[in-house]
Amino acid sequence: MKLLKLVPEKTNIGFLKLRNVAVGFSVLLIIASIALVMTRGLNFGVDFVGGQQFRVTFEKVEEAPIVELRESIAALNLGDANIQRFGEPNEVAIRMRLNAEGGDELQEADSATVAVSNMIEERFAEQGVRIDGVDAVSGKVSEELLSTGVYSLVFALIAISIYIWFRFEWQFGVGALFALFHDVALTFGFFALTQLEFNLNIIAALLTIIGYSLNDTIVIDDRIRENLRKYRKMEISNLLDLSINETLARTVSTSLTMIIVLVSLVLLGPDVIFGFSAAMLFGVIIGTYSSIYIASPVLIWLGVGPDSFVPVESDSEKAQRRLAEGYDGAEP
Amino acid sequence: MLDFPRWKTISLTLILVIGVFMSLPSLLPKSVTDYWPDFLPKETVNLGLDLAGGSHILLEADPNEVVGLQIENMEESVRNALANANPQVRIGEISRNDGVLSFMVRDATQVDAAREAILPLTNGAGLTGQRDWDIEVRDTTRFVLTPTGAGLDQAVEDAMNSAIEVVRRRIDELGTREPTIIRQGAERIVVQVPGLQDPDELKELLGKTAKLEFKLVDTQADPNETLAGRARIGSEVYPFPDGEAYGQPILAVRRLGGIKGDRLTGAQQSFNPENPSEPVVNIQFDSEGGQKFAKLSTENTGQRFAIILDDEVISAPSFNEPILGGSAQISGSFTVESANQLAIQLRSGALPVELKVVEERTVGADLGAESIRAGVIAGLIGTAFVLLYMILVYGRFGVYANIALILNLFLILGIMAVLNATLTLPGIAGFILTVGSAVDANVLINERIGEERRNGRRIIQAIEVGYKEASRAIYDANITNVIAGVLLFLFGSGPIKGFAIVLIVGIITSIFTAVFITRMFVAGWLRRARPKELRI
Repeated sequence: MKLLKLVPEKTNIGFLKLRNVAVGFSVLLIIASIALVMTRGLNFGVDFVGGQQFRVTFEKVEEAPIVELRESIAALNLGDANIQRFGEPNEVAIRMRLNAEGGDELQEADSATVAVSNMIEERFAEQGVRIDGVDAVSGKVSEELLSTGVYSLVFALIAISIYIWFRFEWQFGVGALFALFHDVALTFGFFALTQLEFNLNIIAALLTIIGYSLNDTIVIDDRIRENLRKYRKMEISNLLDLSINETLARTVSTSLTMIIVLVSLVLLGPDVIFGFSAAMLFGVIIGTYSSIYIASPVLIWLGVGPDSFVPVESDSEKAQRRLAEGYDGAEP
Repeated sequence: MLDFPRWKTISLTLILVIGVFMSLPSLLPKSVTDYWPDFLPKETVNLGLDLAGGSHILLEADPNEVVGLQIENMEESVRNALANANPQVRIGEISRNDGVLSFMVRDATQVDAAREAILPLTNGAGLTGQRDWDIEVRDTTRFVLTPTGAGLDQAVEDAMNSAIEVVRRRIDELGTREPTIIRQGAERIVVQVPGLQDPDELKELLGKTAKLEFKLVDTQADPNETLAGRARIGSEVYPFPDGEAYGQPILAVRRLGGIKGDRLTGAQQSFNPENPSEPVVNIQFDSEGGQKFAKLSTENTGQRFAIILDDEVISAPSFNEPILGGSAQISGSFTVESANQLAIQLRSGALPVELKVVEERTVGADLGAESIRAGVIAGLIGTAFVLLYMILVYGRFGVYANIALILNLFLILGIMAVLNATLTLPGIAGFILTVGSAVDANVLINERIGEERRNGRRIIQAIEVGYKEASRAIYDANITNVIAGVLLFLFGSGPIKGFAIVLIVGIITSIFTAVFITRMFVAGWLRRARPKELRI
């Protein structure tokens, strides 16, 4: 049986020729993302703005009576309700923000939860209504969830960059940081554009995207470091291209397996984590791109060269290299 | 590469066998594992509330309230200490304003005696030797007592510890199974009750402090002053919602000489013997409380007293006769449910501080089961495609990677079972994600081997160098992921924590299986087959 080769054994694609175009494109995308977040805003879930969310299934009808539902809730006079389909046509999510200004918002949120769930159960009993879940979060808790979420993102970016700086060189840390910032910014843009609900799960998705994108960056960085020691005279942009080409088959394989899994999660997985899976899928694609087109050009501009690593080469590594060069036969 | 020592093979195989066995209780139906011999593991992975269905409630106490209570209690202690001092120290009215307690000593020569009497009250209960209160004497006779930071912290700590006990007792009364009640941070309590679909009853039960007091009604109070919310010195006013019908929406009662509900030993819902349709709550006092109650009712027969619950008068009957048996009856406008609820609250003791619901999450069991089903289907299909892909692209080495991947899933489940970790919905996503990224290590190794081969190395060396060179990138990439996972665990809450655990465990086991286990297989194959060709 012949093995499937998606990427030819030897590729020689001039990735970095396009680096200015790509970086320019990315900067535009980042600006567009920020603008989108500023203008359209994120569709924050109750985790981050407080309020209540009900998930309701109407078992005896094909389609949820959204209009009636909206009217009935409006009649309760508890503030605006956002009603969206959630999964099947007979399933909806009802989201209500806290409408108490100051005052005892906790108590108010609580009584609103009871009022809405009682109303739904009485009013729509004939349609076989079933309340599948209720989330009620007070303003104070939601503020904390948001701030700890943001802190964990920022800490993760910094901690990871520091690790790379120690393990490689500071230029690589900066490159990775830029790439990660790019991924996070674009994912925020994705959420502003699609208006998918931004909740606690999405913070988890963002951190996983960061982790994945970094995986990619590190594998390429690792190869760059190796090649910098091996080909001391090669021009840096050629060396980066060589490293990216050499790891291309791996990049494609890994991204593909991730995409396969995520597509099955998006299409078949539970509705509750649809946003999470969609964010991950988007993140894997841009994370792969940013490892090549953001992290690497930064290395050129920061002047990474063979000298960057000379002092760290130990005796055993030197011996190893000579051995390796011996096997390779021709030293370029 | 060829010499893969026997001890290594044996120990790796042993780890795998143990890991798979640990995962079995979570996978097999309970009817099978119930009959397992004792030496086999029984721990299973817990299902989070988002999968099993149930209610999660986060309760929060207001620390300012604790501080207020601490000052209130101190007032009583100071009064008692000075009244019992020999000779008695006479003081003016005690005031508690702006978080301090202050009073004047009437006789300036008694200042030192007063200080001596209250000094023991200011000692800290903790082992640090810090005082709970600072004493200051201003203008020669005015005492000012200020709680210290350590004292306040200790008060909040004590209040929360006893609040947890009370919450536990109240929930036990509900008869729900396996509730989880844990402290979170300085002033919060998490309550999780699997299977509970309607948390309203639970919230009602926990939403009352159930602070019960019996105080004499101030018969000399001017009704107009009382209605305006003002009381004479030595009295105080409380709202009396049921008294509205008699034109008494506010009642003035004597501040001192009452009895507190902390002397109760029991409480049951019952019916008024004189009016069998009226639900009441019967209560029993301990011996000291019984004596006090007997004394109070004997000395004040014919007088009205107020039954005050959570700073609200629920009824104000008269002592028709002395009540000597140490038990009494609380009437009010109860329903059977609310009387029963009050009985539970009184039995479990008063909460030292009011707890408010600040977060509530409830998941229906149907939705949870649906989520598991969808998650498992998505996982199986995704995994099947990945397994197929690996075989198509890497042939024999893909098969090894696939075996490693499947073993990896068993190991994650086994370790999570032993850690008694909770599997949440994002946790299932984490599981599936592990499938996607676990193969990365083998992809890296296999690609590297292929590359070394093309560079002209002999088979065994290509494999040796492939494993060695790829390992470096594998470790670097995964350590950064562990960093992200640890941050998720530290900052995340609930389901996110569950995701982080799967992620961290998954990274560790996937390195183990992808690097060590596949290497064992490859070494075995090399020894057996001595291949002349390497298709990769």
